[in-house]
Amino acid sequence: MSQQAYLFIYPCEITPLKPTDIQDPEYFHKVIDCQYACPAHTPVPEYIRLIADGRYADAYMINWHSNVFPGVLGRICDRPCEPACRRGRVDKDPVAICRLKRVTADFKDDIRARLPKIPSDKNGKKIALIGGGPASLTVAHDLMPLGYQIDLYDEQAAAGGFMRSQVPSFRLPLEVLDEEISYILDMGVTTTFNCRITSLKEFLQKGYDAVFIGTGAPRGRDMPNLPGRREGGASIHVGIEWLAAVSYGHIEEIGTTTLVIGGGNTAMDCCRMARRLGGKDVRVVVRGPRSKMNASPWEIEDALREKIPIMENLTPLEFVVKDGRLIGMHFEKAGGGKEPVFVACDEVLLAVGQQNAFTWIEKDLGLKLKNRWVPVIDEVTLQSTLPQVFFGGDAAFGPRNVITAVALGHRAAISIDLFCRGKDLKDRPGPSVTLSSQKMGVHDWIYDSRVTDEARQHVPTVETVKSIEDRMLEVELGFNKKSGKTEAERCLNCDVQTVFNFKECIECDACVDICPTSCINFLVNGDEEDLRARLSMPAKNTSQALYVSDILKTGRVMVKDENVCLHCGLCAERCPTAAWEMVKCFYACAKAGQ
Amino acid sequence: MTFTRPKFRHPDLPPNALGYTRRDYEGALSTLCAGCGHDSISNAIIQACYELPLEPHRVVKMSGIGCSSKTPAYFLGRSHGFNSVHGRMPAIATGANMANRDLLYLGVSGDGDTASIGLGQFTHVVRRNLNMVYIVMNNGCYGLTKGQDSATADRGSTSKKGAPNLFESIDLCELAIQLGAGFVARGFSGDKIQLVPLLKAAMSHKGFSLVDVISPCVTFNNTNASTKSYQYVRDHAEATGTLDFIPLRQEITTEYQEGSTQEVPLHDGSVIYLYKGEGARDITNRRAAMDSLESHRVESRIMTGILYFQEGIEDTHEMIKTSQQPLNALQQEDLCPGNAALQQLMEGYR
Ligand SMILES: Cc1cc2nc3c(=O)[nH]c(=O)nc-3n(C[C@H](O)[C@H](O)[C@H](O)COP(=O)(O)OP(=O)(O)OC[C@H]3O[C@@H](n4cnc5c(N)ncnc54)[C@H](O)[C@@H]3O)c2cc1C
Ligand SMILES: Cc1ncc(C[n+]2csc(CCOP(=O)(O)OP(=O)(O)O)c2C)c(N)n1
Ligand code: SF4
Ligand code: SF4
Ligand code: SF4
Ligand SMILES: [Mg+2]
Repeated sequence: MSQQAYLFIYPCEITPLKPTDIQDPEYFHKVIDCQYACPAHTPVPEYIRLIADGRYADAYMINWHSNVFPGVLGRICDRPCEPACRRGRVDKDPVAICRLKRVTADFKDDIRARLPKIPSDKNGKKIALIGGGPASLTVAHDLMPLGYQIDLYDEQAAAGGFMRSQVPSFRLPLEVLDEEISYILDMGVTTTFNCRITSLKEFLQKGYDAVFIGTGAPRGRDMPNLPGRREGGASIHVGIEWLAAVSYGHIEEIGTTTLVIGGGNTAMDCCRMARRLGGKDVRVVVRGPRSKMNASPWEIEDALREKIPIMENLTPLEFVVKDGRLIGMHFEKAGGGKEPVFVACDEVLLAVGQQNAFTWIEKDLGLKLKNRWVPVIDEVTLQSTLPQVFFGGDAAFGPRNVITAVALGHRAAISIDLFCRGKDLKDRPGPSVTLSSQKMGVHDWIYDSRVTDEARQHVPTVETVKSIEDRMLEVELGFNKKSGKTEAERCLNCDVQTVFNFKECIECDACVDICPTSCINFLVNGDEEDLRARLSMPAKNTSQALYVSDILKTGRVMVKDENVCLHCGLCAERCPTAAWEMVKCFYACAKAGQ
Repeated sequence: MTFTRPKFRHPDLPPNALGYTRRDYEGALSTLCAGCGHDSISNAIIQACYELPLEPHRVVKMSGIGCSSKTPAYFLGRSHGFNSVHGRMPAIATGANMANRDLLYLGVSGDGDTASIGLGQFTHVVRRNLNMVYIVMNNGCYGLTKGQDSATADRGSTSKKGAPNLFESIDLCELAIQLGAGFVARGFSGDKIQLVPLLKAAMSHKGFSLVDVISPCVTFNNTNASTKSYQYVRDHAEATGTLDFIPLRQEITTEYQEGSTQEVPLHDGSVIYLYKGEGARDITNRRAAMDSLESHRVESRIMTGILYFQEGIEDTHEMIKTSQQPLNALQQEDLCPGNAALQQLMEGYR
């Protein structure tokens, strides 16, 4: 053969890549795009396969251990996993991961018997949770089974935090929220509701072994200096306060013409809620272009479907008040003339951001704050400068979302447990990885290796006319078992890894030839940039790893671009020497008490 | 076993100059043994057709019987094809070529199909210099019928059965050079870097081109004592020189060092660039080619690359002065030119 092509002397500036270390748990974790992108690292493909098998309760429990609120998150999660989904890189749409999570909750049977047993003998340590949102509830979920005694304080009348006060029932029915909160509180958490903590100093007198602050980012931003704000006050509301008032039944109606100022998810909830309170003409007004809006694309779609127009490139100038009554607003049109644009309205909802507020944390406690909104904490341990006080959820780094609050709750629970056991907080438990070969027969796999061509399944909704009339009526109906299975089968099983054993390879090219997406290459080694450019399909997506083997008999190496591998197993089926193996990698995050 | 290949391909598949992607040259999912060299050759054919580029509907795949002869099902799914009887592919290809000279004829055969039952057909199609590419997927055995030694198995080579081959082997390349073929090359299924340009050059050559591709049969003839195994071929192969094929109209972007490179222009304006190794010889010299093959054989070395090249030899159509037009394009006036023409013809015989 043309040996000279292979006997290659590297120019001194090129450092050939070292063989990939697949023993590093993070290598395969990164290949599982969805799990890697999930802040709580939910083992997505594992639960999706269980759905395809009709094992809903098993699938639910995998979620429960990792993201704590599968029924809730299956409806309202910000789903960072979906933009990351591999399927989105080879097909039109990613797998509907979020709505499949809901399938596990909708079709499971009673799972109470599967919940962890709570020791009746306590370990003697008492923990306080301030705030009863998802972050605090996750800390309880992790620490109750370990024998901690936990007291939860919240100024609301029930637990759930913003999931209860902010997220509208037409997106998240109360029963779903109540059920999943009860799994945690019924472990024996002592709750004190309608109780606002007003002084941390006093609170610390109670002598808890550790205190977790999960008070969220409860303050909505206002526009106090905009002319007319005071005069029109009665008809101008801060969005999140208004939503909370609606969910507690304090507000039941709204003006005919409402403007919602802001382009984030809160604005989307405000406008849709306003329609349900009888708002005939509800419009969203955003400062920049529509393409730059912060809200998730699906939330924008939902609003548009409810006939809510979005007006773009308008910067608020003033509230126009006539005879003591708000009659509209003036805006400056970006790129428009000098004349302000007038938009008539009789009510305004401000959804222009939120922030934390730690007015109740005294300055002389030794607990440092960067400013009024941000505590000084260790990014990994979440410990504050007062060793027994930990932060998590929106209170830690500012407003995010439920799944991030859960992830931070898990992290804080590990820290609190280490702290209470007198261990080093930096010496943290690692993830657990279980590898299992998928080989069943010569060419049979334990997992379903077929790649379906089905398009993303559509989630049915109730008629808009009907849902607008009732703010408690959930808009989405969810997948049924059949569409759920079809959707589940779209998953590419990215946790079933292609493992290459270079010693077995005879370099026959069978794998290269069969691979539908041209992932596999045999070539002379080089540095990463050089290799990426020389692959049969150049590896342009640098966020995805190259899998490089040791040196083969011809002097070349095997280089696989992980980017668009379909995990179809054809390389392993075609390999005459079983140099490729399909191995399932179950990656589970570290847990408190591990 | 998965009998379907996922429909998804790499999202960045680039189109060639004709607007086709590599996918447009694919065929059905192969049913050959996993690791069979023939599958690699199929893929090299796909790659060559995509790169040249050829229009799939202008290609005719012809084959005989054998695992190798099954492969046309696995590439160029949008081309024409005829799977004939054992050893008779050349006759069918000749007929088709006579009927329509405008298509590209790609004959695919095995060493059994060519050197045993089809040897007579092979020699004659070479002699006639039929304008076609003749690819032999050469594994030294009859794969389809469970691995009996074929006529290209080297004496002493031992397949899975365990008994060394008693008979002298036929070197198809040597035979083809002797019988006047204008393009004779040898490749290895495990080296596409060489094989793809070889195929492209063969497809661009006018007249008969033989590409004998050593293609290990993983199931019956990939033993340690076989001279057609992956390992043996890798250890004993020696290229006549690395080569580049630059199709017509394509810009030449590589810089070729003078002296070490032989430039071989083809009839259609394409160029083969050969980077010669040490002791390289002129590939257009027929006697040197024969000598070289012989001396390599004596030393148990396998010579690969373009072994012999000669442009401008008359092909069958030119020899027997056939119609310039494909038969299906002939109109009634062409076929039945009328009484005046007949009288004129008759006059010639008086
Ligand atoms: C309108 C709106 C819609 C949203 N929609 C989504 C969505 O669809 N998906 C998503 O993932 N995220 C959404 N979010 C964000 C999400 O709700 C939050 O990121 C998440 O709830 C934060 O959780 P947490 O546990 O940190 O705090 P929170 O949920 O904010 O809970 C904090 C709790 O602490 C209590 N508290 C505060 N201060 C005190 C005190 N001093 N004493 C006692 N109790 C106190 C509060 O009453 C509250 O119950 C939305 C937010 C808003 C505003
Ligand atoms: C007339 C006839 N004789 C014998 C056979 C049996 N037969 C089928 S394939 C084959 C040999 C094929 O060998 P080869 O051409 O090398 O193909 P391979 O399977 O090795 O690729 C034989 C002898 C046949 N099909 N027809
Ligand atoms: S599993 Fe193997 S054959 Fe399938 S896409 Fe991935 S690398 Fe290619
Ligand atoms: S199919 Fe197996 S033996 Fe052949 S090149 Fe691929 S890994 Fe190596
Ligand atoms: S028997 Fe040999 S030639 Fe036939 S498919 Fe199997 S490996 Fe290939
Ligand atoms: Mg054969």
